[in-house]
Amino acid sequence: MDYIKAFLMGGLICAIAQILIDKTKLTPARILVTYVTLGAILGGLGVYKKLIDIGGAGATIPLLGFGNSLAQGVIKAVEKDGLIGVFTGGLTATAGGISAAVFFGYIFSLIFNPRTKK
Amino acid sequence: MAEKKLGTQTVKFKNPPSIIAGGTIVGPKEGEGPLRDYFDMILVDDTYGEKSWEKAESKMFQDAVNLVLKKANLKISDIDYLLGGDLLNQIISANFAARQLNVPHFGLYGACSTMTEGLTLGAMLIDGGYADYIIAATSSHFSTAERQFRYPLEQGIQRPFTSQWTVTGAGATILASTGEGPYITHATTGKVVDLGMKDANNMGAAMAPAAADTIITHFKDTGFTIEDYDLIMTGDMGRVGRDILLELLYKEGYDIESKYKDCGIEIFDESQDVHSGGSGAACSAVVLNGWLLSQIQNGVYKKVLFMATGALLSPTSSQQGESIPGIAHAITISTTL
Amino acid sequence: MERDVKKEQEYKNIAQKYEPKPALLKNVVMAFVVGGLISDIGQFFLNFYLSRGYSMQDANTLVSITMVFLGAFLTGIGVYDDIGKFAGAGSIVPITGFANSIVSPAMEFKREGFVFGAAAKMFTIAGPVIVYGVSTSIIIGLIYYFLK
Repeated sequence: MDYIKAFLMGGLICAIAQILIDKTKLTPARILVTYVTLGAILGGLGVYKKLIDIGGAGATIPLLGFGNSLAQGVIKAVEKDGLIGVFTGGLTATAGGISAAVFFGYIFSLIFNPRTKK
Repeated sequence: MAEKKLGTQTVKFKNPPSIIAGGTIVGPKEGEGPLRDYFDMILVDDTYGEKSWEKAESKMFQDAVNLVLKKANLKISDIDYLLGGDLLNQIISANFAARQLNVPHFGLYGACSTMTEGLTLGAMLIDGGYADYIIAATSSHFSTAERQFRYPLEQGIQRPFTSQWTVTGAGATILASTGEGPYITHATTGKVVDLGMKDANNMGAAMAPAAADTIITHFKDTGFTIEDYDLIMTGDMGRVGRDILLELLYKEGYDIESKYKDCGIEIFDESQDVHSGGSGAACSAVVLNGWLLSQIQNGVYKKVLFMATGALLSPTSSQQGESIPGIAHAITISTTL
Repeated sequence: MERDVKKEQEYKNIAQKYEPKPALLKNVVMAFVVGGLISDIGQFFLNFYLSRGYSMQDANTLVSITMVFLGAFLTGIGVYDDIGKFAGAGSIVPITGFANSIVSPAMEFKREGFVFGAAAKMFTIAGPVIVYGVSTSIIIGLIYYFLK
């Protein structure tokens, strides 16, 4: 059951992004920026948690979930550490994903070369 | 007193130079296209044995020049000027090829209109008595153009239907003061025209107003009619640009459809997933020097209006919200004087 | 040449007439299916890590790391852009697409060197994402701090 829910939630979030791309000519970079910002706002309002409860990985895998993690991380850190948490919470909560992206990104760019397109 | 000038933007050559040879190199994808039999050399691997695609493009440029010299039985020392350009910043393909070629070199940038820009200037140099032999050449490469103007190759993005595919290749033409044709008899130099198109994925729409402007001006300046030509061919309008161009011309009273072809549409098959068609400086260069010259030599066409079209796109100006200007230069190629 | 707004608008109408429209329905369906499938792969790893006794938070972090690895690897072997060609947003929006946006420019620009080429260009898209994400989260944190 959780696979069906994840499929539907993740699919829906991507389908909305596709409509935005095709209808507004937003570039992929702008879509990603929009989604991460929107995710953070929804996370701050506490709305996104409900989507995760329903969709599981379907809500955490899209970049909205990354924005939500940033916001949730900040809120938790503020509760624990006060004002300093405003600056430490977001990146602490997302450190795993970002570090992995930087490290694997660099390693794979060393190993592989781009291929010309047919 | 400019005695060779006709009307506002056209020159009529007094001693029209002859096109004595054309040389072409294309990449693997172009080599699978419908015009494959007309190219001198088809690369199996588009890195051409080089470490980067930029180096590969420059080598194609250089070898297209060497190839055309061989076909015309000339040495580089016989050439008075090389007129060349390409799409990359600081026209590195042309300039770095010229570094090896050891020939007086004018570097040109006219985006994809560079082929006819070079031919126009070359014909003027010869008719003016400044040269006996000139080479006009240009190149483009899918992989160098993508990274400079658009996205990294491995980025997972969708190409819209209006987008075009940059031709990998290089083409070179030798013009001579003496010869038996085909001749370049007229040249109409285009103005930069911009009707506010901003979509970098729709170059056809950006270029169509410039293309229409040059064609109409050509007819007005020369007094030629559509019936005078066997073929009117543009460089890389693509399917989208062609439809717009035909409508713009039709509205002004020029129905050229029955005589019209576009290099960008001819070079690839629709099954090759190139959406609107081919583009790039090499698009018009390889179709002209490959397919079209052989058609003219075989008598299929006797008088052709050939016009390379350029979208003067820059990632910097685009990001600053500027629209994309277009330019088009037309030349009359005729087997008789 | 002066800008002629009326002429530009007229031309825009002509140009639009000939602009082939994106195959919206097909694109949306493909984005939905691929985005859903990538989410399911994430769900599989989430369930796996949870079954190994990790907390929800740690399991989610491990899923992010795993998915980023997969996205980066598929980009390296030249598969991710083929998926992107038909999946569109379906492969852009998941975190694997974020990894793709990092690896693809890094690979492409490493010929310009490992510092200003690969390492600098890898943040062409990821940089803005982190800038806007982190900045938004800090504003949220400030609001939360003063309102709580």
